This record gives sequence, C-alpha cells and structure tokens, in this order.
Amino acid sequence: METKSEILQGTLDLMVLQTLEAMGPLHGYGIARRIEQLSENAVVVNQGTIYLCLIRLVQRKWIKATWGTSENNRKAKFYTITKAGQKQLKAETEDWQRVSGVIGRLLQLTAGGKTS
Amino acid sequence: MSYLHRLIARIAAWFRRAELDRDLYEELQTHLSLLVEQNLRRGLSTEEAIREARLRMGNVVNLQEEHRNTRGLPFVDTLLQDLRYTFRILRRDIGFAFFAILIVGLGIGASAIVFSVLNTLLLRPLPFKDAESLVWIANLKSIPEQTTQVGHILDAREANQSFTELAAYYAYYNIGDRKLTGAGEPERLTAVPVSENFFRVLGVEPQAGRVFNADECRSGGPAAVILTDALWKRRFSSSPEIIGKTLQLNGEPVRVVGVMPASFDFTSVFAPGTRVDLFSPFPLTSRTDRMGNTISVVGRLKPGVTVESAQAEFDILGQRLTAEHLRNRNEFQPALSSLKAHVTGRLRPALLVLACAVAVVMLIVCANLSNLLLARNAVRQKEMAIRIALGAGRRRLIRQMLTESIVLSGAGAVAGVAIAVIGTRVLTQLEAFSIPLLANVQVDLGVLAFTLIIAVVTGLTFGVVPALQVPAVHVNEILKDTNRGSSGGRKHAWIRSSLVVTEIALACLLLVGTGLLIRSFLRVLDVDLGFQPEQLATLRIDPGPEYSTEARRNAYFDEALRLVQNTPGIEACGLTDVLPLEGDRSWGVAGVGQVYDREHHPSAFVRIVSNGYFKAMGIPLLAGRDFTEHDSASSEQVIIINDTLARRLWPDQNPIGQMVTQDGGRRVVGVVGGVRHVTVEQESGSEMYLPIRQTDDFSAVELVVRTSLPEATSGTTIRAALKPLDPNLGSKEFRSVKQLVDKATSPRRFVVMMLAGFSGFALVLAALGIYAVISYSVQQRTQEIGIRTALGASPGSLQARIILETLRLAAVGLGIGLCGSLILTRSLSSLLFGVKWHDPASFTGTVVVLVVVAVIAGYLPARRASQIDPINALRSN
Repeated sequence: METKSEILQGTLDLMVLQTLEAMGPLHGYGIARRIEQLSENAVVVNQGTIYLCLIRLVQRKWIKATWGTSENNRKAKFYTITKAGQKQLKAETEDWQRVSGVIGRLLQLTAGGKTS
Repeated sequence: MSYLHRLIARIAAWFRRAELDRDLYEELQTHLSLLVEQNLRRGLSTEEAIREARLRMGNVVNLQEEHRNTRGLPFVDTLLQDLRYTFRILRRDIGFAFFAILIVGLGIGASAIVFSVLNTLLLRPLPFKDAESLVWIANLKSIPEQTTQVGHILDAREANQSFTELAAYYAYYNIGDRKLTGAGEPERLTAVPVSENFFRVLGVEPQAGRVFNADECRSGGPAAVILTDALWKRRFSSSPEIIGKTLQLNGEPVRVVGVMPASFDFTSVFAPGTRVDLFSPFPLTSRTDRMGNTISVVGRLKPGVTVESAQAEFDILGQRLTAEHLRNRNEFQPALSSLKAHVTGRLRPALLVLACAVAVVMLIVCANLSNLLLARNAVRQKEMAIRIALGAGRRRLIRQMLTESIVLSGAGAVAGVAIAVIGTRVLTQLEAFSIPLLANVQVDLGVLAFTLIIAVVTGLTFGVVPALQVPAVHVNEILKDTNRGSSGGRKHAWIRSSLVVTEIALACLLLVGTGLLIRSFLRVLDVDLGFQPEQLATLRIDPGPEYSTEARRNAYFDEALRLVQNTPGIEACGLTDVLPLEGDRSWGVAGVGQVYDREHHPSAFVRIVSNGYFKAMGIPLLAGRDFTEHDSASSEQVIIINDTLARRLWPDQNPIGQMVTQDGGRRVVGVVGGVRHVTVEQESGSEMYLPIRQTDDFSAVELVVRTSLPEATSGTTIRAALKPLDPNLGSKEFRSVKQLVDKATSPRRFVVMMLAGFSGFALVLAALGIYAVISYSVQQRTQEIGIRTALGASPGSLQARIILETLRLAAVGLGIGLCGSLILTRSLSSLLFGVKWHDPASFTGTVVVLVVVAVIAGYLPARRASQIDPINALRSN
C-alpha cells in the first residue's frame, strides 16, 4: 500500500511538473483535468490528492503559486514552474527515460529468452 | 538543497497554519465549483452534478488533515496536542502534580548542585590562562609544605628545557602579617610575597595599575604592594586613585602599584578557606636563598611538553642540583603534578562519592515516580481503554504518557534549577570550609545543559514502565469490568513491589555509605589533638618596629603576658609563632655526638613559644619543666621536645638534660605530648619548641589565651588589657582555636553534610514508596479484608498481616542493598578514618533505620485496613 503510493507520488510530481512546463500557469483543477485527459482517466483517482503534490513542489521551490481568477470568476491559485523546477524536470525526465529504457530492454530480453 | 527549502517552508507553514488552511479551503471550493460546472455541462442534474463532484474530490476533511501534515510539522502538532492534554490532566490532579514536581525538583536540584561543584572542581580548568599547562613543583624532601630553596629554582630556571617560566610564592606568609595603620581603623592584613613573574606565569592581568617590575623585585628595592579586589572594594571603596598612593604597613610606607581583578582568587586555589589582602614582591636572590626551603613553585610548560617528560627531566636535575650543593642547600627532589591535580586531587574521591550518591538519589526518585504514575494509571485504565476504542493507537498513547512524565520532570527541572541557584549561592558563602574553588561554584550554561539532559532522561526513565502498561488487548474486559483497573492488578502489584524493593535497596546503599562517613567524621572529631581547642582564643600581637633589640622584645613579651595574665577570667596565656593546623616548618635536629647519614637524619617541626604556652594550649608536660621568663639570652640555651622526638633521639634513655645540636647546643629541659600540627587525621611526628626569648627566628607572634570568659566579650577584655602596651590592636583579629580545628575538618564535614541530606531524602522517598504500595494493596483488597473482618478476624491480626507484608518487602530490599553495600563500600576506604569498610555499626544502624521506617510506612495503611467496615466493603462493588 505504502510503496504503491510512494511510486505514485514520484510519478505525480513528474507529471505535474511536465504539465506546467508544457501548458504554462494552471490552477489545481486545470492540472488535474489535464493529467486525467492525458492518462485517459487512469492515474488520478482522487482529484484532491493533487493539492498534496502541489504544496510539496511549492515548498521545494520547483513551482510557485500566485492568486488569480478562474474562468468562472472565483479566486484560484495559479501554479507556474520555476527555474529550479525546470532543472529538476530535466533531470527526472532523463532518469525516467534511462530507467524505462533499461526496463524495456530487460523485458524484451526475457521475452526473447522464452521464445528461443 | 530542496530538502532544506522544504524544512524551512514547513516551519514557516506551521506558523501560518490558519491562513494556509483558509487558502486551501478556497482552492478546494473553486475546484469543486469547476467540477460541478463541468458535470452540469455534461448534462447531469444539479444534485447529481454536486454528488459526482464530491466523489471526484475525495474526502475533503481527510485531505485538509493530510495537507497540514504534508506542509507543516505534524510532530509538533501532536506534541502540542499531547501537552494541552497533559496540562488538562495535571490540573485536574493538582495534588499529584505538585507532589511529583516537588520530588523531581529536589532530586534534580541536588544533582545540579553536585554537578556544579564537580564541574568547578574537576571538569572546568582552573581560572587561569591556559591552565592545563600550569604545573605544581613540589619538593618531596621538604615535609610537610613541599617547599623548595630559592637557589634550586634559580638554577632550574636556567637549566631546564621543559618550562617557559618558573614562578614562586613565599609559602610561609602568615595570616595578618602586615598591619595597616593611618586613615581608618588599624587592621592586620595578609600579604603573599610573590616572584616578579608570578602573575605573568598564571596569565592574570591587574584590573588597575601594573604588576611588580624588576626594580621592586630586587633585594632592597622600593617597597610596593598589589591589592586584591576584595580589599580594594572593602577598604578603599574601589577608588582608582589608590594606584600610586602610599600605605603605612607595619609602620613603613609602601606604594600601591596595582589591583588584581575579582576573578583572580589566590586563596581559593592555593590556600582555601583563608583570606589574602595583598601581594608583595619576593626577590629570588642569594639573600632569600639563605632562608631555606621557603617557596612554592608553579611552572608553565612549553607547548607539547607533558608533565611526565618534565618530571623525567627534573628527576635528573634535582639529583644534580642536590649533589652540587650538598653543603650550602637543602635537598631537592622535585615532584611535578598538574596544578589542577594538586589543587583538587585530594578531594577527587570524595566528590566522586557525592556524584554516585546523587545518582542513586535520582534512581530512587525515578522509582518513586514510576510507582506514583503506575498508581495513577491503574485509575486511568478506563480512560485509556476508551481512547483506544475511539481509535488511538497504542504507540500514540505511550507517546502521550511519556509526554506527561517529561512535562513533570521538566517542571521539576525548573524547580531544581531554582534550588540549585540557591544551593550554589549558599555554598559560595561557606567561607569556613577550606575547599578549593568553592567560591567559584555557580549555575552556568554547563549546569543548565546538564539539568536539561537529566530532566529528559529522568522523565523517560520513570515514565517508561508506566507507559508500557498501556493496555494492548484487554480493552473489552476493562470496559466491562466495573471494578476499576483490577484486571492488571496482579501484574501491577508485582511491578510496584519490585520498584519499592529497588528503592529500599538503593536507600540502604546510601545509608550504609553515609553511616560509614558519619562514623569516620565522629572519629575525627574524637581525635586527641594533643591540645584542648575549647575555650581557647588567639590574637596576633607582633611587637612593632620600635622593639628592635632582643632586650626590648623580651620586655615587650614579659609585659604582654603579665597584663593578660592579671586580667580576671584568664586562666592561662602564652605566645607562639604558629598555631597548630595553620602551617609548619621543620628543621634537622640531632643529639650532640650523634651521627646520622643524610638519608636518615632526624628532623622535627619547630615552634617558637613562651612560658605558659603549654598550659594555655592544654599540651601535657610529660617530664622536666616548662620554659620560664628567665630562659633568655643571658641564660643557658634550652629546648623542649615532644615524646616522639625524645624516643627518636634517645631511645630508652632519659632525654632530660641531654644536648641537641640546635643553635650550637641546647639542653633539653622538658618533654611534652605530641600535637597534631599538619592535619587532624595525621599523627604528630617529631616536634621541638624553642623559647621565644632566645631566638629571633619567628615571623609572627600569636597570643594564646585560655579563658572562661564568653567568646563575645573575651576579645574586648583582652584588647583592653593590652591597651597600655599597644593601643592599635585591631578588633577583627581575635580568633577561636575551635574554629581553626573546625576549618581543618571542614572538607570532611562538607561531604558528610551533603551525604546526610541525600540519605534523608532517599529515606523519605523510600518511606513514601512503601506507603503508596501498601495503601494501594489495601485499597485493592477492600473486599477481601471486609470478608476477613466479617469472618471474625481481629483488627490486630489484620494489622499484623499488613505490617508483615511491608516487612517482607523491606527484607528483600535490605538483602539486596546490604549485599550491594558490602561490594561497594570497599571503594570508600580512602575516605574512612578509624572505621573499616565493613563497620558493623553502620550496617546494623542502616537495618534498624530502614525497618523502623518500613513499619511506620506500613502501619498507617494497616490501621486504615483494620477500620474497614465489612458491610460497606462488601457492598461497595
């Protein structure tokens, strides 16, 4: 249970950073919606969880928040990625790609081993 | 880096938590409204849209809680919650809280006092610059003061490679050597003659003026003094104008060149329990060399040199110097030790005993509080069970319990610091105690840090056993059980009994140790000093500079003795140069015609005394006669020796009429008993007395008076009697010899007093522990007792049963405690005097005291049990 949420946490961080990098400033709802759309409703079960991730990223100074007005004219916090956040995103993206590359090759190897 | 950001942000967020909660709430509301709108757009009904939006958001209350934990400091939140709860609980039970805080406070206060003494005497460096490199250089060939001859030190200065500098002070200065006259009341001041570099070597600077210069430190140089801060304040109201002024000391003009700072306390390091007012220059020259072994030496090691390597160098140096100056100097066998070890080394074992004692006291405090908390827990079982039922985890409850005990010990620590501040202040005022550095004891940062650590450790120690009693599984039974807390009863009883047994055993340990030291102290007080200190007073009456010839001095002595002797209420009086326990010098001595090799040459302590001295002091004359006023320059040179010296020089012969080599031949006219000169504990050794009218080799004259007058008036009476001779006698110099003896035994008294205090406290705690356990067990068994009463058990037999139960606990505790004592008291041996470490009286005394205390502590609940009304007892369930 705990390990699963830990994995989820790291992935969610990466997804939020990537979303903000790609889309520019967004509020919590916007981020959640965007991730849902991209992952075809597979990742975020509970939209509230996004706020735990956001406060964590803000406290690490990877993103920053400013008050603004939402499309339905209510007060909302808009999140923007920072320089440090971009650096972190770059590093994590590279990590992720390397790991997924390795895993992918490993899985292929096993499959190949089975067939041969 | 990002983790550090996060920590700072978490702390900031914790302080802005109300604002951040509002922010989050608003964000979530916006989010929710956007979700609802989206759902409406999808064509859901309003009701459905809101329901679906809520589901998508998840549990908002949970989310807010998690948000707080993620962004803030959940640890602190829990702590605050626990603290609030603790304060509520303790307020509800204020009696318990007060009692617990009092016990912890006394324990921590005692620990903090002992630690501050230990810190000052053993842990902290001496109050000098780079005190670690200061070394005390004693001379083992000079008993008992370990002084060295000036020439050796001058040569060693040149020859040695270990020290940057060697400094010295003249060890035979006398209390009240310098008489200050002129403006104000005449007063006898004490001056320590020091070498030119003395202050430089110790690394102390004057707070005003300067130290002595080379000119002032040569023979016959201009007379100069440096004042101590205390004298400067007291006599000259800290006026800076005193520098350069001239004082009249012993009738001669002396220039004040400097004032030492208050932080430089010569006496607390070198001569504890005395007072020094002035420093004067002591020339290291051939003239002072001829005075013999006179100086105490302190050196500063070169960087990187150890005491051991310096000792190795001085071993060779001492032998060489002794061999080169066989004819013109005393022997020099240097023994080096760090100055710190020299100053406090003697007290080290006693201080360690005190530290152990206070640790034992703290253990008893912990056991006692554990017991109190257990009793409370038994009452709180239901509360705990309810909290568990409501979802509190066991860990959370244990944490809550430990928070409670740490709050108690923290509050106790605050009380303890207050006690320690008062206690250390009292200690610094104990001028009558000759314990080095005692005046420097204070509650400083080190002590506060120690107290903090002790408070936390204590809280955890006494809290852990009760906390682990938090029910794990029995929630249902406890909630169902109407008889409160009885499910854990048997187990509790066992834990609580063993805690009480521990307390008794530890108290037993302390009592045995204290008993041994008290009995040693009584033995010391019982020692036959060789003189009778009661009803004995003494006053400095040195003849002034106008009595320059021997004839004039002798006339002065005759007159002084006559005036005092003729005063009503005076039983006997006499003169001496040094009082017992106040200082010593020894000279070589032999019978005429006797030959000894250098190694075995006899030596004896020297006193210069007048007729009447032995009678006044109560020193028994064993054979021959006392001096008379006719033993003067014109008559035969005579001497009186003690029995030890008589046996040493002329074993199995009559010493009376024999000649000694002293001063070209003195005839022995009397033999007296030995006097404990060095310490109360140490045997007297060889002694000899020279008549004051036949020598000028004395630096002070003390009038000793045996009087039946009350202490308050004897001073004025004797001053009035001496008025015709010396109208300028100060009023403060009158001292009782009893005080002198008390001072000599004061380090021992100090330890005994502290230990007795600790033992008393331990005894009270043990009694409380016994009382609490027995009361609890009586309360638990109300029904059983009721049934017994109903079946015809008499109150007497009930009481006997309960007291017997108490005694069983005491017996187990005593058994363990006595075994422990037998093992541990052996290490007390070095502190004991006149008793053995297995002294039966101390052990029996401890057993009796503890049994009596146990019976009393058990009797109160026993009486209550016997008064239980059987009908009420049976109904009460």
